[in-house]
Amino acid sequence: MTDASSLTLAQQILLEPADLTQHDLHQVLGQLLGQTITQADLYLQNTYHESWSLEDGKVKEAGFNINKGVGIRAIAQETVGFAYADDLLYPALTQAAQAARSIAGQGQTTSAVPVWRPQIIPAMYPAVNPLASLSKADKIAILHQIDRHARQLDHRVHQVNATLVGRYDVVLTVQSDGVIAADVRPLVRLSVSVIVEEGDQRQQGFCGGGARSDFSLFTENDYHYPLHYAGEAVREAVLKLQAIPAPAGSMPVVLGPGWPGVLLHEAVGHGLEGDFNRKGVSAFSNRLGERVAAPGVSVVDNGTLTGRRGSLTMDDEGTPTQCTTLIEDGILVGYMQDKLNAQLMGMQSTGNCRRESYAHTPMPRMTNTYMLAGQYAPEEIIQSVERGIYAVNFSGGQVDITSGKFVFSVSEGYLIENGQVTRPIKDATLIGDGPTVLTKVSMVGNNLQLDGGIGTCGKEGQSVPVGVGQPTLKVDELTVGGAA
Amino acid sequence: MSATPTITDQDVEQYTQLTQQVLQQARQAGASAAEVSVNFSSGLSSCVRMGAVDTVEFHREKGLGLTVYFDQQKGHASSSDTSAEALTQIVEAACDIAKATQGDPYTGLAEEALLAKPATELPLYYPWSLTAEQAIELAKQCESEALTHDQRIINSEGATLATGQHLQVCANSLGFVGHQRTSRHSLNCVLVAKDAQGMQRDYAYTTARDPQDLWSTNQVAMLAAQRTLDRLDARRLPTGRWPVILTPEIAAQLLHYFIRAISGGLLYRRASFLVDCLGKQIFPTHLTLTEDPWLDKGWGSAAFDDEGVKTTARTLVDAGVLQGYVLGSYSARRLGMQTTGNAGGIHNILIQPQPLTQAQLLDKMDTGLLVTETMGHGVNLVTGDFSQGAVGFWVEQGEIQFPVHEITIAGRLPDMLQNIVAISNDLDNRQMIRTGSMLIEQMTIAGQ
Repeated sequence: MTDASSLTLAQQILLEPADLTQHDLHQVLGQLLGQTITQADLYLQNTYHESWSLEDGKVKEAGFNINKGVGIRAIAQETVGFAYADDLLYPALTQAAQAARSIAGQGQTTSAVPVWRPQIIPAMYPAVNPLASLSKADKIAILHQIDRHARQLDHRVHQVNATLVGRYDVVLTVQSDGVIAADVRPLVRLSVSVIVEEGDQRQQGFCGGGARSDFSLFTENDYHYPLHYAGEAVREAVLKLQAIPAPAGSMPVVLGPGWPGVLLHEAVGHGLEGDFNRKGVSAFSNRLGERVAAPGVSVVDNGTLTGRRGSLTMDDEGTPTQCTTLIEDGILVGYMQDKLNAQLMGMQSTGNCRRESYAHTPMPRMTNTYMLAGQYAPEEIIQSVERGIYAVNFSGGQVDITSGKFVFSVSEGYLIENGQVTRPIKDATLIGDGPTVLTKVSMVGNNLQLDGGIGTCGKEGQSVPVGVGQPTLKVDELTVGGAA
Repeated sequence: MSATPTITDQDVEQYTQLTQQVLQQARQAGASAAEVSVNFSSGLSSCVRMGAVDTVEFHREKGLGLTVYFDQQKGHASSSDTSAEALTQIVEAACDIAKATQGDPYTGLAEEALLAKPATELPLYYPWSLTAEQAIELAKQCESEALTHDQRIINSEGATLATGQHLQVCANSLGFVGHQRTSRHSLNCVLVAKDAQGMQRDYAYTTARDPQDLWSTNQVAMLAAQRTLDRLDARRLPTGRWPVILTPEIAAQLLHYFIRAISGGLLYRRASFLVDCLGKQIFPTHLTLTEDPWLDKGWGSAAFDDEGVKTTARTLVDAGVLQGYVLGSYSARRLGMQTTGNAGGIHNILIQPQPLTQAQLLDKMDTGLLVTETMGHGVNLVTGDFSQGAVGFWVEQGEIQFPVHEITIAGRLPDMLQNIVAISNDLDNRQMIRTGSMLIEQMTIAGQ
C-alpha cells in the first residue's frame, strides 16, 4: 500500500537504521543530475523472504532470506547508467551515484531537484508482513493438511511435495521529478506437486495459488485453498495416467478459462511492452490503430485488482498502476510504458515500470494481463469443434518478440472429437504467431477467470510476479506439437 | 569510469574470517553442526545499441548463507547484509527454523573423510582491468561491424560487453574451508533483419574465463549477422516424422535434461524417467560421457563441491551404459549410495565425437531438420515426454534448403537418447557440456 503511513513505515525500515534522511536522498539525486543527465532515481528496498517445504510427510526444509540495498539510475537521453549497493549508508549511496552518473563523464554537477511531491495512492493490498502473520507451527500445519489430504484422495499417490512461500517487501523510491513514494508489498504463494505411480507408469500433477496478502489466505474456511490445491494436483496426475499421445499438426484449439491466459501474455503481452516498441524490434512495432485481433477481442493490463499477485499500488518509479487497454474490439490501442520509454515515444507512463529488485534495472513489464469476456457459453464453444484440442492447464510459455512466434506447453489437455471432450492427452507444446493468432479467435466465452496466483514472468533474466486470465476461447488454428 | 578492482588475497582472507565468525556464532547458539558460504561478485557491463550507449551497469554484491543442524533438524538463512546485526539475525533465524522443522535421519554435513582438506584453488580467475569506456568501445565496434555487413540488417538490440568476477568461500564445522575465485567475460550482439516476410532476430556470443580466449569483435559480429540473415524468409513445414540434427547448443540442452534425470533429487523422489537405470544401456554403444571437474578454465570446474567434498574425474556413461548418478550427500544417503561430489550441480561434461564434420553429419542425415533453437517448457522429466517449439533449416541431400520456424519437434527422451546416430566434431567449448552436433534418428515434426 502507499499512503502516508507506508511512507512513514518505509522510512523507519529503510532510512532510520542507516541514519539517512529525506534530505540526504535529495542531495544524492542532486549529485546525479546535471550536464547531460536529465533524469535520475533511487530505489531503496528491504525484502524478507521465507519458505517452508514438505516432503515425505515432513517439513524438514525451510529458509529465511534478507535482501537489502539501493539501486541508482541516471538517464541521459536513452542512455542509462546504473549501479547498486547492498548497504544503505550514505557513503555507499554516493559511491553508487558516482558510478551511475559516469555515463555523463566528469565535471561539476548540482542541479535543482524539485521539492518532494509525496504520492498518495489508494492501496491495492494491506501493509502486512506475511511472515509474522502465522506462527511457525501454523505454517507447518498448512503443509501437513495438504500431505494428508492428497494421500487420502488416492492410494496411487507416491510423493507429495508442498512449498509455502512468504515475502515482505518494503520499497521507497525518489525520482528527479520530485516524486517520493513508498510501497509495502506482501506476497504469499503455496504450491503442491504430487507423483502418482501405477505399475511402471509415473505421472506428476501440480497446483498452487497465492496473492498479495498474509498467510491467513491459506487457513481461512478450514484450509479451503490448500485442500483445493492438493485435490487438483492429485486429479491432474491421476488423469494423466490415462493420457494418450497428443496429436501433431494444425487444428482448432479451445483454451479453458483462467491460467491459459498465458497465451495472451506470450502472444501479445511482451510484444506490447514499451521498450521493444521504442526500439522497433517488436512484431507489433508501429501498429497502433491496426487490427491485430478478431472483432470482439479486448485485452487489458490491470495492476489495480485488489490483492492479486500481479497487482501493484504503484510501479517501481512511484507511478500509480492503472487498467490499460491494449486491444479494444480487435484494434491495437496501447502499449505498456515506464517513464523512460514513454518519454522517448512521446507518451505517458502507464505505471508498468518494474524490476526484480534494487539490483536490477527497471523496464516495462506486465501486471495482470487478461482478455475480457465475450458472449458464448463454454459448452457451445466446445460443441463447435469437430476435431481439436481442449487445453485447460499450461506449464509455461515463451515468445520471440521480433518474429512474433510463441509457444506454451499444455500440462492438462483433452481431445475434442465431434463436439465432445474425450480422452486426456500427454504434455504437448503449442506454437503460434503472436500478431495473427488473435485474428483467429472465433469465439470468446462469457466466463472470464483470472489465474490462481502463481505466475512468474521472466524477461532479460529478471523475474517478477504476474497474473493472467481469459474466458474460454476458441482459436481456429494453432499448431499442436504432439508426438502421435 | 574506473575498472572493477580485482579480488585480492586480503578479500579472500576477510571473507574467510567472516565464515569462521559465523560458524562460531552458530556453535554458540547451540548448533551441533553448521556450514556457511559467502559469495562476493563484482563487474560491469556496457551495452551499445544503434551506435549509442544504451546502458552501463556496475555490479557489486555479496551474500552469506548459513545452514545449521541441531542433530537431525536443519535450518537455513541468508542475507545480502553482513553487518553484525544482520549476522545475529540470520544465525537466530536459522536456529529457530531448525528447531521448528522435523528431524530427517539423512540430513547433515558430508562425511569428513570425503572433504577436500586442504582445499585447492583452481586457476579459474583471469581478471580483466577494463573500464566502462573500453567496454563501450568494444561493444560499439562489434555492433557497427555487424550493422554495416548487409542492408537487410535494419535494427539491433545492441552489443553488450560484460566482465565479472566472483569469489566463493565455503566452510563447515568439520574444519573444511575452501575458496575459489572465478572470472567470466562475454561479448554478445543481437541483431534484427527484415525482408518482405517480416523481421527476424538472432544473436552470437563469445564467453570465456580468460579475456584472451574471447573471439574478436569481428567474429561475433559476422556470426551474429550471418545467423540473423539466414533466418529470413523462414517457412513452416508439413507435419511428419523425420531425422533431426541438433546444433551443439541444442544437443547440450538435451544432455542437460539427461543430467537432471540422473540427479539425486529427482531419483529419490522417483520423479525421473531414468529411475533404476544404473548399469543399463541408455545411449547407443558409440557414446561415452566423462565428467572432468579439474578442466582448465572450464565453466564447471571446481576442486570441491558446495558441501566441500573433493571432486574427481569419472566416466559417467561408458559405451552407452550409465555408470553413475549425480549426487550430493543428502540424495546419496537417501539412495543408499555415496556422494559423487555434485552438491550444487554437475561439473564439465565431455563427449567423444565421431571423426565427422557437421557438413558430413548433414550428409549422413540426407533429408531432415537441422534444429538451431528450441522454445518453451515442454520437457517432462517424470515421463520423458519431450515437445518443444523449434527454429532451424530444412535439409535435403545433405544441403540446407531453407529456414523454418513455427514448428515443434516431439518425441520421448528415452528414445531420443537411444537413437543418437552420430555426434560430429564441432564441439562448443563455450558451454559446460561440450558436445558437437547430434543426429537423432527420428522425431515428430508438427507444422501445417
